[in-house]
Amino acid sequence: MADTAVGAKTGPEHGGDPSRRDFIYIATIAAAAGGAASLAWPFIDQMNPSADTLALASIEFDLSKVASGQQVTVKWRGKPLFVRNRTAAEIAAAVKDDGAAMKDPQKDADRVKPGKAQWLVLIGSCTHLGCVPTFGGGEYGGWFCPCHGSVYDTSGRIRKGPAPLNLAVPEYAFLSDTKVKIG
Amino acid sequence: MLRKLSVIAAVAGLLTAGAAGPALANGHPLPAKDVHWSFEGPLGKFDQKQLQRGYKVYREVCSACHSMNLVSFRNLGDKGGPFYDAKYKNPNDNPYVKAIAKDYEVADIDNETGDTIKRPATPADRFPSPFPNEAAARASNGGALPPDMSLLAKAREEGPAHIYSIVTGYTAPPKGLKVGDNQHYNPYMPGDLTSSWSGSHEHVPPGGFIAMAPPLKAGQVTFDDGTPSTLDQQAKDVSAFLMWAAEPKLEERKKMGLAVLAYLILFSGLLYAAYRKVWKNESH
Amino acid sequence: MSGHSTYEPKTGFERWLDARLPIVRLGYDSFVDYPTPRNLNYWWTFGGILSLCLASQLITGIILVMHYTPSADHAFASVEHIMRDVNYGWLIRYMHANGASMFFIAVYIHMLRGLYYGSYKAPREVLWLLGCVIYLLMMATAFMGYVLPWGQMSFHGAVVITNLFGALPVVGPSITTWLWGGFAVDNPTLNRFFSLHYLLPFMIAGVVILHIWALHVVGQNNPTGVDPKSKADTVPFTPYATVKDGFAMGVFLILFAIFVFYLPNALGHSDNYIPANPLVTPSHIVPEWYFLPFYAILRAVPDKLMGVLAMFGAIACLFALPWLDRSKVRSMRYRPTMKIHFVIFVVACCILGLCGAKLPDDPVIPHLTTFSVMGSDLNSFVWLSRLAALYYFAFFLIVMPFLPLSEKTLPVPDSIASPALSHPAAVPAEATAAPEMKG
Repeated sequence: MADTAVGAKTGPEHGGDPSRRDFIYIATIAAAAGGAASLAWPFIDQMNPSADTLALASIEFDLSKVASGQQVTVKWRGKPLFVRNRTAAEIAAAVKDDGAAMKDPQKDADRVKPGKAQWLVLIGSCTHLGCVPTFGGGEYGGWFCPCHGSVYDTSGRIRKGPAPLNLAVPEYAFLSDTKVKIG
Repeated sequence: MLRKLSVIAAVAGLLTAGAAGPALANGHPLPAKDVHWSFEGPLGKFDQKQLQRGYKVYREVCSACHSMNLVSFRNLGDKGGPFYDAKYKNPNDNPYVKAIAKDYEVADIDNETGDTIKRPATPADRFPSPFPNEAAARASNGGALPPDMSLLAKAREEGPAHIYSIVTGYTAPPKGLKVGDNQHYNPYMPGDLTSSWSGSHEHVPPGGFIAMAPPLKAGQVTFDDGTPSTLDQQAKDVSAFLMWAAEPKLEERKKMGLAVLAYLILFSGLLYAAYRKVWKNESH
Repeated sequence: MSGHSTYEPKTGFERWLDARLPIVRLGYDSFVDYPTPRNLNYWWTFGGILSLCLASQLITGIILVMHYTPSADHAFASVEHIMRDVNYGWLIRYMHANGASMFFIAVYIHMLRGLYYGSYKAPREVLWLLGCVIYLLMMATAFMGYVLPWGQMSFHGAVVITNLFGALPVVGPSITTWLWGGFAVDNPTLNRFFSLHYLLPFMIAGVVILHIWALHVVGQNNPTGVDPKSKADTVPFTPYATVKDGFAMGVFLILFAIFVFYLPNALGHSDNYIPANPLVTPSHIVPEWYFLPFYAILRAVPDKLMGVLAMFGAIACLFALPWLDRSKVRSMRYRPTMKIHFVIFVVACCILGLCGAKLPDDPVIPHLTTFSVMGSDLNSFVWLSRLAALYYFAFFLIVMPFLPLSEKTLPVPDSIASPALSHPAAVPAEATAAPEMKG
């Protein structure tokens, strides 16, 4: 390095004071590191969802098309979204099991909007490894995941199999009695 | 060496700049009028009120013929856009943007019947084209295709000033110029009028023919902010709006540029100091 | 030049690695301990700047590919998607587009520096040739990259350049059809250009490694053109050259940032913001600025085939340069007559660039008509470009080989460390040049 050279001839105002010399080197290296780090951010952030993708991220859905006991699957953020109009029997089965031993205990009432117990909105992606469960399979009357055999009940709660969590309920709100906004 | 080459570079640069200036030979249009824009210069910003007025001109006049198919309604509520509101970081929630979108109808397909339908637009939709396809656009406009406006301000050499000059620059054709049907003389329009000119070849008038009739006139649009609706004002505002439509990230770009330049100057200064320290006792 | 390695592994891991893959030793010998002539000026910092340009283009390019769609139907819209919707997409695209221009600014300075100081002369011929190969690859890459946004200039630029090959006798039409993958520039052309535009930069990176390897075998040239003889003539690459290169890079980045943030479209062409339309050609079609001198040479020749040959000949001159120059003195610092020719050469290149941007028949001096020769007025850009092109070729084919026969050169210093005037006795050029020719 320059250590041997510097210090032989020292000017009156900027002396060979090692602390001052080191300060300049350290500041330069720090500035280079800071600049590189700030430059890295745009290069990383560009892989996040772009503005047009985000614009489609919330959708409105008309519930009047779904008859009782039926389920409509819509694509939302690239994943299936189950909108199910549950029958009274399904709701009753779900509420009855509220106290049963579960991996991810949750009351049925916490998974629907108050007063709208027939409407169950779920992200149709198994919490195990992301396969799409089918309705009507398994012994709990709810969903069954064909990939690794996870069984969900009529509230979408995990009852059996490798999945760790209940089927997720997305953020949604009722705009009117027949219209929901998801996302 | 360093000095000499710099001199050469400077001379060559001057030579290029001098010769690249406007050459007013036959067939060249007049250079665009000089307009002052709020978005010029390193600190330039769009004037939101102006963009709102410009949008109204676009909506009420231009959009009858000109598409703007790269711009979405949500863009109107983006930061720097005409209807940006700090309360609604997500432009899709901006009530103003939603209301504007709802006014338009876009083509869609009914999920159940598969029929083509028209539905009110949402902020995620793009501005629909006024014509279903190019042939229809030409048929309705005397054979000429009204250019898409999303990038118009960047697709013309002189930028928004060119749009302003065209819109305000219509004049009566000089005597001796044969103007065809559906044609209008405009001295700012590029073209070559030699074949329609009956006068001497040395004095072909500048400019060209444009199929668009003068689109704006005083009082045509009523501005909500009370600004007097002169032709000049309308032209300026719509040109500024089109600049925004073409380069919506202009404000963000210029702002970031300042920070980057400040950093680079500081960093280069530090590097220079380090360089002087390292080389202090080495003759070179 | 490289001598024996002075790298000493310090930690146990370094010793372990050094015995198996001496990569740290390679880096140390090449970029830390490597002896650098102590008298290098700022013109020598452009090698480092060019590495920075290549890295920047590779990184931003790979990112753009994540969002770009190579299809005639979607290319234009996907570029606008990058500009409008992708997070910081506008920044990355403007960096890439202006980065290409910065790359060429730096490479032209780098080449002129090599020309002025005789860096192509023995034993650096292969180093120079590798540089020429890099330049050719850069031109191919830049051309194909400009096609990708699929705007009006992209499309019609591609039409014009691919049609150049149609000038070749017999095989010309088959070659253009083969290049297009059809009967005109269309989707297949765009896709293959995209593929090659992605491939070629990695080939450039490969040739750059060879270029640096060749450099480290023969050692850097320096402003005197005299090879370093002792330790007193050199300094270690780090920190001396690294910090100087770093400062130059900082200043270069300021220029780059001014373009990216304040003049992002100044070096481009507004017509490229109009989607490609095969039915309408822009009224004035020009290539990017870095191709203008060659474009002017092409148009200076009235015959199509001869024009194409002249254009390729202009590049071929660069490859032949080490064998065209017969001078025994390496650096033009000691060749006063050659210096004047060098200045005229640089001016001629600038004039060619200017002519390439103009309509050939436009007058150089406005409103002046002289007399017509070969169908064009003498006061026209086509005649100006003919003059400049003539000098371009004369510089390589006449001045380079024949000027040294009658040239008076200045005394060349014995070594880098001793100043030139320490030998006041006027030594004949041949004698002073002799020490340079050592092995």
